[in-house]
Amino acid sequence: MREIKTDEIIKTVSRLFEHSCHYLPDDVLATIKKAHDAEESPVAKEVLGKILENADIAGAEQIPLCQDTGLSVVWLELGQEAHIVGGDLNEAVNEGVRQGYDKGYLRKSVVRQPFSARVNTKDNTPADIWTTIVPGDKLKISVLPKGGGSENMSRLTVLAPAQGRQGIIDFVVNRVSESGSNPCPPVTVGVGIGGTTEKTMMLAKKALLRKMGEHNPDPEVAEMEKEILEKVNKLGIGAMGYGGRTTALAVNVETHPCHIASLPVAVNMQCWCNRHEEATI
Amino acid sequence: MAKKITLPLTDEIVKDLKSGDEVLLSGVMYVGRDAAHKRLVTSLDKGEKLPLDLKGATIFFMGPSPARPGKAIGSAGPTTSYRMDSYSPRLIAEGLKGMIGKGMRSQAVKDAMKEYKAVYFGAIGGAGALISKSIKKADVLAYDDLGAEALRKLEVEDFPATVVNDIYGGDLYEEGKAKYKKD
Repeated sequence: MREIKTDEIIKTVSRLFEHSCHYLPDDVLATIKKAHDAEESPVAKEVLGKILENADIAGAEQIPLCQDTGLSVVWLELGQEAHIVGGDLNEAVNEGVRQGYDKGYLRKSVVRQPFSARVNTKDNTPADIWTTIVPGDKLKISVLPKGGGSENMSRLTVLAPAQGRQGIIDFVVNRVSESGSNPCPPVTVGVGIGGTTEKTMMLAKKALLRKMGEHNPDPEVAEMEKEILEKVNKLGIGAMGYGGRTTALAVNVETHPCHIASLPVAVNMQCWCNRHEEATI
Repeated sequence: MAKKITLPLTDEIVKDLKSGDEVLLSGVMYVGRDAAHKRLVTSLDKGEKLPLDLKGATIFFMGPSPARPGKAIGSAGPTTSYRMDSYSPRLIAEGLKGMIGKGMRSQAVKDAMKEYKAVYFGAIGGAGALISKSIKKADVLAYDDLGAEALRKLEVEDFPATVVNDIYGGDLYEEGKAKYKKD
């Protein structure tokens, strides 16, 4: 049995949040550059140019890309042959968040009581932690600092199975259309289909971690991703909603088996600032 | 070419602003988001004196990340504006002339902007590092206990923004979308 020390988990979580809030993944940057070069709308092209300039400044001067450094979403894939030593696993993740948000001068955006007092917890904890047990003896940590603007545009529906493929496409395109400029387009659209409803939402959110340019391995799902992206980019919303050709950078669909009576569909969007990172220890 | 504008805004300035215009704002603006708006409107309801003079004022909907030592401010991009929609018409009626944020406004806010001659500017959401370069000074004016949500006073130089809603009913979000929509 391999031992993994909580100290190492703390350090890794801290580093992942601090780094991801200052540097966009290369594939995201490259996709934004492509959208900038292809954009026909002068206003949207200008916006995309400034978004790229912002990324340069953030890295060079260590100013977070966006002031909303998010609620800290963390996925843990823990190998069943690994043994965590030195303390509580969830507390280690939260301590990592605490340290990363402090050292990185990241904004603390969490309030303890959600509907009345709304007093800030002052260290961005607690993180949303999702743990699965997998084969092996390692721990894979994926982090997503999730901004409020895009998160607020999330929706879940349960379609009748008869509504099928077309019902899914209409729901997703309509959601992006109604969200307009709010989630900071060009967005990444995460779509979950199947499971029971909490599973559906999780699929939609985890779909945001996918590398740009990659599609679902199922050809039928990949085809639907392409069709939704094409339809979304015909909406005309464009960068920051000022009108333009690129409303979404990618549409990522994940599916899961579901009940004979159900067809749940969830949408979770990420702003152009699609920050996420992972590490394995 | 972006229009250079010195704050505070006046009727003279806003009558020349049209949806889609790019502007560079210089001078003093205020920062407030959800919780600060709630307190401002609560104070107005109670007849209390506000910590800022709303006449001609511009409010930037924003909650910055902490400033590194020696810097005026941290990352400083706009937050989504619709959450301020229930408060904005009241502040506009009291003299607020400019708002900076991102995302669509309600009909009630747009009506108030037309009636009282106020404008809504869009700033690039997520471009908080870039925008922070135009902020020369930042002070907490009130509601310090709100942390990132405190009411702030900023001195800005060439703050980049785009006119989204003008005083004539123009709306860049609707106009831009109509222009690039494909069937």
